[in-house]
Parts: sequence; structure tokens; C-alpha cells
Amino acid sequence: MAKLELRRVVKRFGDTTVCNGIDLDVEAGQMVCLIGSSGAGKSTLLRCINLLEPIEDGEIFLDGSDISIPGLDPQSVRGRIGMVFQNFNLFPHMTALENAMLAPRRVRGLSRAQLQPEIENLFEKFGLADRMGNYPDQLSGGQQQRVAIVRALAMRPEVMLFDEITSALDPQLVGEVLDVLLLLKQQGMTMVLATHEMGFARQAADKVCFLKDGRIIEEGPPSALFDTPQMDETKAFLSRALK
Amino acid sequence: MANDEAGGLSRRERYEKQQRRRSSLIAAASTLIVLVALVVLVPMAPGWEKVQKSFFNGAVLAKSFPKLLDAFKINLMIFAWSAPAIAVLGLLIALARDAKSPALFPLRIFGAAFTDVFRGVPVILTVYLIGFGIPGLGLPRPWNSPYIWGSLALILTYSAYVAEIFRAGIDSVHHSQRSAALSLGLSERQVMRDVILPQAVRNVVPSQMNMLIALQKDVSLLSFIGPVEIFRQAGVFKSLLANFTPYVGAAIIFLIVTIPATRYADYLMARQTRERR
Repeated sequence: MAKLELRRVVKRFGDTTVCNGIDLDVEAGQMVCLIGSSGAGKSTLLRCINLLEPIEDGEIFLDGSDISIPGLDPQSVRGRIGMVFQNFNLFPHMTALENAMLAPRRVRGLSRAQLQPEIENLFEKFGLADRMGNYPDQLSGGQQQRVAIVRALAMRPEVMLFDEITSALDPQLVGEVLDVLLLLKQQGMTMVLATHEMGFARQAADKVCFLKDGRIIEEGPPSALFDTPQMDETKAFLSRALK
Repeated sequence: MANDEAGGLSRRERYEKQQRRRSSLIAAASTLIVLVALVVLVPMAPGWEKVQKSFFNGAVLAKSFPKLLDAFKINLMIFAWSAPAIAVLGLLIALARDAKSPALFPLRIFGAAFTDVFRGVPVILTVYLIGFGIPGLGLPRPWNSPYIWGSLALILTYSAYVAEIFRAGIDSVHHSQRSAALSLGLSERQVMRDVILPQAVRNVVPSQMNMLIALQKDVSLLSFIGPVEIFRQAGVFKSLLANFTPYVGAAIIFLIVTIPATRYADYLMARQTRERR
């Protein structure tokens, strides 16, 4: 049984079908990269897994139990699945530390003092020890995105979703954020990324899925998908993306 | 570059300095012309002497001013207890109007009706209807006070406006903040309280400052149902002394309070615009 299983997931916005029957297995500790043009459905798929968007059809299983049952309380599931967004979405009225503490305090019911060592530890691990007291607008893009990752990790999620988290960054800041992902992979975190970083996907992913028009056209280990793509759409996309 | 001759200024800085001097000169000259025109032309109007005597009478002003200041304390008092009540009620109405749970549907309807009614009726009418109507029920003594019911009329009217401003503030917080907060496992309530509201309230501080200034002035409407606040006190002096100067005195007292407040609101507004850029 895979950690995360998607079965024939369909998501529509009005008449537009954004995810059109997506099947995907993510094993525990795997890093899966979703690639494809903007509008292929990568971000929407991640939002569906996190239950930010209800799905029209299909099922999503976390540890074998269906989390996509209509009417299920999404709160308990979201605590187990962390998500990081393209534009960081830090809370601007809170310091980095307060950003990371809010959810564990409210949802896990812990006090600041109880959380302090654990969260400070996270900040230290990601090179942010001296930034905990800063507000988001006092941080660089790369620092903000790392704080956003710390904030998600503070809920001790079992799976992490990353929605094009380096797309809003200056090129010289991309590396520091990707390093964080490698560190998480080392620690055995299960991760699903929507990404445009082909080099990173090739180097770090266990599995790469190419999406087009709301379907997974082709999937496989990065070496196979990047070096010997089978489908014409994949070839066309890669020849453009790797130019 | 050629900085030496003009005291270390670059070519561009020299040019800008010259432009600034030019602008100040023009501004000073045009202000002077307007002032001279006012001082020379207005007294040439045929009725000026009469107006001066009945509106700008120094002796009358000196005589009435201390009592006007005294009466203004009543305005401040009514303002002081109305403003917090308005803030609380306005926020509650705003939240009621955005309530999503079906059990709270009556609250939504009520919120909408409330804002429609109290924004739609002139303040003075609300003051009359509530200020005369409710004591007309024959309530016993402290409960027939116009202070209570007049204040209530102001609170209801202003809450309707303040609620709409709070709602605009809630809408101004980007929906990605909601997504981020929900994705962390927070409940809708926690998202509103910890993430959306603090940002929303901060965004609307300048607009709410303007409501406070408006309220400060509208407190005077209570004079129509009884309390001898500053406007009413000025009226008493007008009848007593057959002179309008006390009204000018009252206006001066209002301005002493409202001008700094208005400047401060403008400053907050400008700062916010700068931050958004």
C-alpha cells in the first residue's frame, strides 16, 4: 500500500476540467515531481490532495483510508499533509517564529514554551536561527520560502506538497530552497512537487510525472522520462523545457 | 565629475535644487496674492461690518468661550462611550454578514437588514425616532434619558457604516492567506481570528479614523433631543446675546480636535499607500 494513492481524480471548475482522471501512487519516503506546462493541472492536483479543493470524482487515499469522502472533516487531514506555496503566503503580521507556532499552538494545543525547542531546532536546521524574530517583509524571498517550509513542518506532517516553490524566487536564491528539499528527502519525508526545475527533478526525484490537459501522459524514474520519453507530447514538452 | 564649483553637488542635484527654489517662490507668491485679496476685498463687501459684528465679535467670544468648552465635555463624553460600542457592534455585524454556517443564516439576514436600514436613514431621523420614541414608552427615570437613547441612535447608525468598512477590510486580505492557513489545519474560525481579521483591521484603520471624526461632529445632533452639548450651548448664547459669534466659537473648538485627527488619518492613509507600492 502506497502512502498516498490517487484514483481517477477528477476536478472541474465550471465547464473546465482541470484534472481529468489522475492515478498516482506515492510511496513512503518518495519524492515525486509533477512537470508540465502552466495550466496542465499540477497545482490544482496538489490543492485537491490537501482538500483545499473538493474533487468531483475519484478517490484519494492516505495510508489506505479515503480522505476524499464528501463531508469528511478536512482539518484533521490537512494537519497530516503540509503544503508550501509559490508565493510563500507567510502571515505578514507575525514574525517568522510566530508564523511557525500558530498552527501547532491552535491545532496541537501546545503552548509557546512547549513548542520553543522543537521549532527553534527547525529554524536552526534550515539556517534561519537568526531570522526567527523577523517579519516576512524583512526577509529575502529564499528566506521567506524556507520559513514557509518550517511553518508547514511544525505540524509534523507525514506528506509534504510543494507548489512551484521556487518560481517566484530570483535565480540565485533557488539553490538554497532546493537544498532544503534534499535535506527533507534524506530524512525520509514523502513529498510531491509541482515544479519547473527540470534539473532538480532529474537529479532528486524518485518518480517524475508529465501532466498535460489534466492527465498524466507519462511517468517513470527521471532517467527514463528525461532520456527516453515514449510519448510524443512528453518529447515535445521536454524539447521546449530543456532548451 | 564637475562637482567642485557648486559645493560638491552633482549636475542633477544642482538642477533639482534650482527647481525646488523656483517652486517655493511661486507657491509663496500665489499664497500672498490670495491672502491680500481676502483681506482687502472681503471687507469691501457692503454687509461686512454687520457680519463682523454678529459673527466675529471678540467680546462675545471671550464671554461665551469658557462655557462652550465646558459644554464640549458632554460631546467628548458621548463620543467616548459610543466609539468603543460602535467598534464592537460594527465588527460583530461584519462577521455576521460573512457567516457561512447555515444555522447562522438568520444572523446574515439580520446583518444585511441592519446595514441597509441604518445606512439608509438620515442620522438626524434615527436620533429623533429612537431618542423620542423609546422614552415615549414611559420608562422609569434613568431609562428615559436622552443620553442613552441618543447615543444608541449614533451607535446603530455608525455601526452600520463601520461594519461595511470592516467587510471591505476582510475582502482586502488575499485569499491565498486563507489557503495557507487552512492548509496548516486551522479551522475556519481560527483562520478568521488569527490570520484574516488582524490584517483586515490594520488595512482599514485610516478609513475608521475618518468615521471617528465624523462621529465626533455628529454627536452634536443629540442637541435636538435634549442634552446641552456645545451646539445647543452656542444656541443659548446666541439667543441671550443676539449674536452668532458663539457658533463660530463652537466651530473653532471642533476644529481644534478634528484638524489634528484628520491630519493623522491622512498620514496613516499615505503611509499605507506607500507600503502597498
